[in-house]
Amino acid sequence: MDLLRLTALELGAGIKVGEIRVAQAAEAVLERIEKKEPLYHCYITVDRGAVLRQAEVLQKKLDAGELTGPLAGVPIAVKDNICTEGMLTTCASRMLGNFVPMYSAEAVKCLERAGMLIVGKTNMDEFAMGSTTETSAYGETRNPWDAARVPGGSSGGSAAAVAAGECFAALGSDTGGSIRQPASFCGVVGMKPTYGTVSRWGLIAYGSSLDQIGPITRDVRDCAALLEAIAVHDPRDSTSVERKDRDFMGALEEDVQGLRIGVPGDYFGEGIDPEVKAAVLKAADVLRERGALVEEFDLSLVEYAVPAYYTIASAEASSNLERFDGIKYGYRAPGYQGLHSLYKKSRSEGFGPEVKRRIMLGSFVLSSGYYDAYYLKALKVKALIKKAFDEAFSRYDIILGPVAPTTAPRLGESLTDPIRMYLGDIYTISVNLAGLPAISLPCGTDAGGLPVGLQLIGDCFQEKLLLRAAYTYERARGDFGLPAENGNALEREGE
Amino acid sequence: MKPRIDDETIEYIGILAKLELSPEEREQAKGDMGRMLDYIGKLEELDTAGIEPVSHVFTVENVFREDVVTNGDMRGDILKNAPEEKDGMFVVPKTFD
Repeated sequence: MDLLRLTALELGAGIKVGEIRVAQAAEAVLERIEKKEPLYHCYITVDRGAVLRQAEVLQKKLDAGELTGPLAGVPIAVKDNICTEGMLTTCASRMLGNFVPMYSAEAVKCLERAGMLIVGKTNMDEFAMGSTTETSAYGETRNPWDAARVPGGSSGGSAAAVAAGECFAALGSDTGGSIRQPASFCGVVGMKPTYGTVSRWGLIAYGSSLDQIGPITRDVRDCAALLEAIAVHDPRDSTSVERKDRDFMGALEEDVQGLRIGVPGDYFGEGIDPEVKAAVLKAADVLRERGALVEEFDLSLVEYAVPAYYTIASAEASSNLERFDGIKYGYRAPGYQGLHSLYKKSRSEGFGPEVKRRIMLGSFVLSSGYYDAYYLKALKVKALIKKAFDEAFSRYDIILGPVAPTTAPRLGESLTDPIRMYLGDIYTISVNLAGLPAISLPCGTDAGGLPVGLQLIGDCFQEKLLLRAAYTYERARGDFGLPAENGNALEREGE
Repeated sequence: MKPRIDDETIEYIGILAKLELSPEEREQAKGDMGRMLDYIGKLEELDTAGIEPVSHVFTVENVFREDVVTNGDMRGDILKNAPEEKDGMFVVPKTFD
């Protein structure tokens, strides 16, 4: 049996009944990592010895009946902006190149409580700023479907690791699409939960009013299970929401009868690749055939989401990243003269170009004389965008559209023109501005065999509805499989 | 209102952002900032008169807790990440004479 073909829940079930040992799963993943990392580079940190030791610890707890959850013993990867006690957490930045947190993020604690095995820390865009994982200070990650292409970003390492069989699931973070877009490019499932659902305690902040941790998995069932494990109320995150409806697995029903689905016509206008459009609309037809009421409408304001987002996210980033000053932790530049020189040199040498670009923009839009014109204006536009969604959700249960205008671009194509790269986030960004939940799942491939992602957006706290619709679609679609990758062992039978 | 991004502005942003830019970075930043501000200036097209700015989408309430210490002495652990440390303290450059 090839363990790596199993989903996280299938593996968890095998471990639970004792058919599979945790060490077997760990070794399978580590072997895969050893073989594939030289090409894909999904991880920044993997501690092989620690993984194997932890596998033994978990096995003992399983044998003793202390761990009974559906994901116990399952190897999972964690994005490198989520703190892990005793394990390097770099944010893919030179600034945190030697930072070993003394505590774990609440989301990581949740994984531990679920008995999951943390394999390592995944590559990302530096401080989650980017859409391709190319702004990492530690080199780019490659897309397992085509190694000449980017995996998307900023959670590119997490999505690529799931697609490449280098883990069974992963945590990502999503500020403007950073879970959904790489999931789309890598042919896996990614969910950005409603703001406040997963604790941000221990997530290194980028845009605090937008950041949310979420699952990246092989299928919708795994997504529900992982969300159930990490969606807890945490008093240490003042925006954490106490949710009563945490039984997300219970939402996995094949039923979209009467579900009102709105398809925004303005998500299919200029700039969208015709193959992406066709695949997404075909997915809408699949749901219609199963009883959903699918209707086109205009969401409006779509073109204003990206400029509002970059104003707000950059402003928050400039404030959040003030803490990196070379004093208490992180990079301290040599050769400074005095305190201010220490700050400036450490930050200038520690941060990469995209991070500096956003810090500067953010500092400017918050500065005296420009605050009202840019930052406050963006917060008002945010209110309008939220209102447009409120109106849409008064008529529809779910909004259906693409995740990104294209499939994965080639390496090196995106960074030359920042605004063009930012526009690639046009369908994901407004979801963060409005605090909504949304799921990305594969709905086909383009002529080059690259995955296309379908995005389902729900009203606040409607994750269950999203999971139900996504599950129904996924069952109708059939197994999407993992990258064929020139006929390697992961290629599914019959593909 | 369209701000001009000149050397002076970049200098000012450098002070606010605590960044020291090389001559090439300054030139690059001038171009990038100008383009980005043109781009986000698109928001001016929208009439937002009478619209309240929204920072958090749901009503967030203050979270209160009893003022009870829950963490222990973590000095040793914290200092492990210090760039420079001496006698259980962070080393910083002289800040005043």
